[in-house]
Amino acid sequence: MAQATSPPEVVKEDERTRRGYSSDAAGLGNLRAGAFVAPALLLIAAFLVFPALWVLYLGLTNYRLTGAAAAEPQFVGLANLLDAVSNPTFWNSTWLTLQFVLGSAVIGQVVLGFSIAWMLRDRAGPLKRLVEGLVILAWILPSAVVSFLWVALLDRDGGTLNALLGIPGFPWLLDHPMLSIIVFNTWRGTAFSMMLYGAALGNVPPSHLESARLAGASGWQQLRDVVFPHIRGHILTNLLLISLWTFNDFSPFLITAGGPDGRSEVLAVHVYKVALQSGELGYGAAVSTIILLINLVVAVFYLRLLRSKK
Amino acid sequence: MAVRKRSLGVVAVLAAAGLGLAACGSSSGGGEGEAIELTITQNAIKGGKNAAGATFIEDWVIPEFEAAQKAKGKDVTVKFVPSGVDDEQYKTKLSLDLKSGKGADVMDIDGIWAGEFAEAGYIKPLSELVGPEADNWDGWSQIPEAVQGMAEFDGKKYALPVGTDGRVLYFNKALFQQAGLPADWQPKGWQEIIDAGTKLKSAGVPVPIQINAGTAMGEATSMQGVLPLLAGAGGEVRQDGKWTGASQALKDALGLYQKIYGGGLGDPKLQQEAKGRDKSFQQFAEGKVGILMEGDYFWRGVVNPKDGVAKMDDRDQVVGYAMIPAMEPGKGLRGQDFVSMSGGALRTVNPNSEHPKEAFELLAFTLSPEALKEETKDGNVRVTPRTDVNKEILAGEPLLTYISEKVLPVTAYRPPVAVYPQVSAALQEATAAVVGGTPPDQAATAYQKKLEGIVGGAGNIAS
Amino acid sequence: MTRFVLGRIGFSTLIAVLLAFFTIPLLWLVTAPFTSDPSYEVKVPDFTWDNFQAVVEHPYALPSLYNSLILSVGTAVLVVLLAALAAYALSRVRLPGRDALLYALLLLSSIITGTAAMVPLFQLAVELNLIDSQLGLILILTGGLLPAAIFMLKDFMDSTPKSYEESARVFGASPLQIVRHVVVPVVRPGLATIAVWSLANVWGNFLMPYLLLSDVEKQPAAVITYTLYTEGGQANLSMLSTFGLLYSIPVVLMYLFVSKKYGFRFHGGIKR
Repeated sequence: MAQATSPPEVVKEDERTRRGYSSDAAGLGNLRAGAFVAPALLLIAAFLVFPALWVLYLGLTNYRLTGAAAAEPQFVGLANLLDAVSNPTFWNSTWLTLQFVLGSAVIGQVVLGFSIAWMLRDRAGPLKRLVEGLVILAWILPSAVVSFLWVALLDRDGGTLNALLGIPGFPWLLDHPMLSIIVFNTWRGTAFSMMLYGAALGNVPPSHLESARLAGASGWQQLRDVVFPHIRGHILTNLLLISLWTFNDFSPFLITAGGPDGRSEVLAVHVYKVALQSGELGYGAAVSTIILLINLVVAVFYLRLLRSKK
Repeated sequence: MAVRKRSLGVVAVLAAAGLGLAACGSSSGGGEGEAIELTITQNAIKGGKNAAGATFIEDWVIPEFEAAQKAKGKDVTVKFVPSGVDDEQYKTKLSLDLKSGKGADVMDIDGIWAGEFAEAGYIKPLSELVGPEADNWDGWSQIPEAVQGMAEFDGKKYALPVGTDGRVLYFNKALFQQAGLPADWQPKGWQEIIDAGTKLKSAGVPVPIQINAGTAMGEATSMQGVLPLLAGAGGEVRQDGKWTGASQALKDALGLYQKIYGGGLGDPKLQQEAKGRDKSFQQFAEGKVGILMEGDYFWRGVVNPKDGVAKMDDRDQVVGYAMIPAMEPGKGLRGQDFVSMSGGALRTVNPNSEHPKEAFELLAFTLSPEALKEETKDGNVRVTPRTDVNKEILAGEPLLTYISEKVLPVTAYRPPVAVYPQVSAALQEATAAVVGGTPPDQAATAYQKKLEGIVGGAGNIAS
Repeated sequence: MTRFVLGRIGFSTLIAVLLAFFTIPLLWLVTAPFTSDPSYEVKVPDFTWDNFQAVVEHPYALPSLYNSLILSVGTAVLVVLLAALAAYALSRVRLPGRDALLYALLLLSSIITGTAAMVPLFQLAVELNLIDSQLGLILILTGGLLPAAIFMLKDFMDSTPKSYEESARVFGASPLQIVRHVVVPVVRPGLATIAVWSLANVWGNFLMPYLLLSDVEKQPAAVITYTLYTEGGQANLSMLSTFGLLYSIPVVLMYLFVSKKYGFRFHGGIKR
């Protein structure tokens, strides 16, 4: 973590050495820069860092929403963490979460988002606006509304999908709960990746692509050798953020409620069930801590993967 | 320079706003004069969940109570704080409020939360909080022992009961006729339920028997499923201070699930769907379900021809009901022939209230005969806690009279302790396993193992 | 030539599939509100206005949209303002520990959006007297969104050229003037994106507004949506679909407004 560098840093440092000027173009200086950052940091410290550390502490207690343990919570050390890792439900949720993140974020949103951006890169006009508008619509609609849309889409009896496919009564949410929420989350979140890659592709110099084409590179080779090096930083940003968001995404609960029998109970849903429905706040906080650690590992993995090769 | 000043100003204003907020905001009304402000909350909201309850409080209780107080020379204003979300979310909010010394002066809670709220110190015995008038309330003499028990914890009264309910077996008389079954069906044992289901199945009924199972239905699986069956097999989830593990009664109850869902008499998929219970209502109304175990809410709120969510215009002709039988006559809880389960809401005074005496007056007022009669007018009939009121209002209501006279005497209540929700969830998982094909014995053993983790070791379990 | 034709056909098919994928789930939202007694089935509507009538008569539905507006616009303004200042400074000046700090905050923000954080946030709000205050809720929501916003905006600012800032500096502009008159115009599409992102985030948020605002008069549409159930907890589909449509329209309008006025892109205010 310590020497982690945000992705476009690479670009910036390149540029600095190339053009030979400092990046502090406005002459901020450390003091004024600090003053610029201070209001945000103040809010973050008060309403993010402090409560987040509090959650980490709660994870070390047997605190409950109600009952005797609510009146006098006891410090239990790592007992909650040990409980979690010896609990098959937790491992089931972890495994489902990995599928969910890999399937809907890394494969679904990134691939689909990039493909749309790639297909529409040289286009303008109503078609592009229509596609982009619809994709973004799925992204900005409130989740309470979206969840009903998908329940209506996948409903066993009256669902639109079954009507279109002519297979009334096919229980998508029961027989394929993970597939359902993965496709759902792909639909929901592709916009972010599409916009990011759309912008990133704009930064790829057309001349580079042109010369690669003249040199006889196939479409795939062009992507790999010309486009990819230019957008590496954006891929990193993209993967980091959407993985993090998907990890903590609670909206599958609104569609499958974690069911049937826990077969779509991803970690965020697991925490909701444990903390809100059962009131086991200490244990819920401990699971949150583990989610944080997993997120950390994933972030470091992405940084290593995409930063090392220049 | 001007630009710079203005921008810095924005930052300063923001910072000041943050600090200023911290400083002010504690305008708690002050205690000057005689004016008293009370708040009352329920998980109800006009135009949404439990709208009738919210309307009753806002449009009748509040004006009437304020007027009555005014007549006594007191200036009391009451405000209703609506909610209307999932019960768990409402419970979370109440808990957070109560823990922080906040919350409405009078509040409704589910009867099953009484124990955990009391243990947490969120609610207090009414006599401590209000004084002797709580125990001397004239309504107590009208409330049956068992219903009073719901509001008690460690022998002390923490609240007033708002109402109660009971569970029965509903059946579709039209389908019964097709299957050659009587319209006044009353099974005496579980085998008769299975037999009826088999006949319904051969008569082509899609879902002969619907007894809730699985985790998706949540507490409905416990209340309208495994707990009445457990009672029918002579068991209780917690008896004499010990939890029931993999007892024979539990194995028998799970065995019935196996017969129903393993024998094709029920729809196992329906038990897994997130909205499975709603769907079971719909299917019953459409004449696809033969026998359904449900509470009286089903009659009042679901198939009610006037405003039910799955209206049945011919409810009174088509829907029959019967008591839930013990496994075999005399084998039920306390040696009974028939069993049921009941729950109900409680209404209590917030220990943080600045005016507990006035709050109790408001509370008692909402449960006075006049208020209960007003509340249950116009098709909102339910079983109230008071026998004097029930006699009057249930007269034209055959099912509710049946519940209050036949079912309530044999019913049972859930243990009001903090870990019950987790125990209940474990029971639901056991039913899910059996519906999914696990043998009952194995599911019961798995339940016991889980139970040990929940209630703190095998020492708290009797098996 | 055939390759070109095949390419065109492939492209058109792909676009058609895409359009279907993103459109079909929306069908229910545009049909159910106009159907009497809607179910989950998408039917040809009978164009009734009864459902809208019911929403208009609902005592809290329309006011809650106004509350949503206050909360989401308030949060979006704060997020954009604070994140822009911070992101600019972090982009241009190498403050010690900058990157590690950003990543750490980003990870912590994941905890805060989880359910387990509700107790600390609630008690914090109680201690600061921010309970039942929309401004308090705005501050709390802003705190949760800021790290990701700074992260994205810093990315954005890193890739914008610095030559304009240098010229402005040569002419004696102060740093805040430079940010306001030089940087902001260049990164405007990015600011717009962050604004819409935080807006949509708050617009859909249910749990924190429900817990922190007791007064129904202050509660946003997300909370009201969750109350549109009948006694037994069945979804009231006619109300839900209709209110859902009305609840979606403002956020779509805000998106259209922002994207029309400021552009809506992540990078490339000026291409290099």
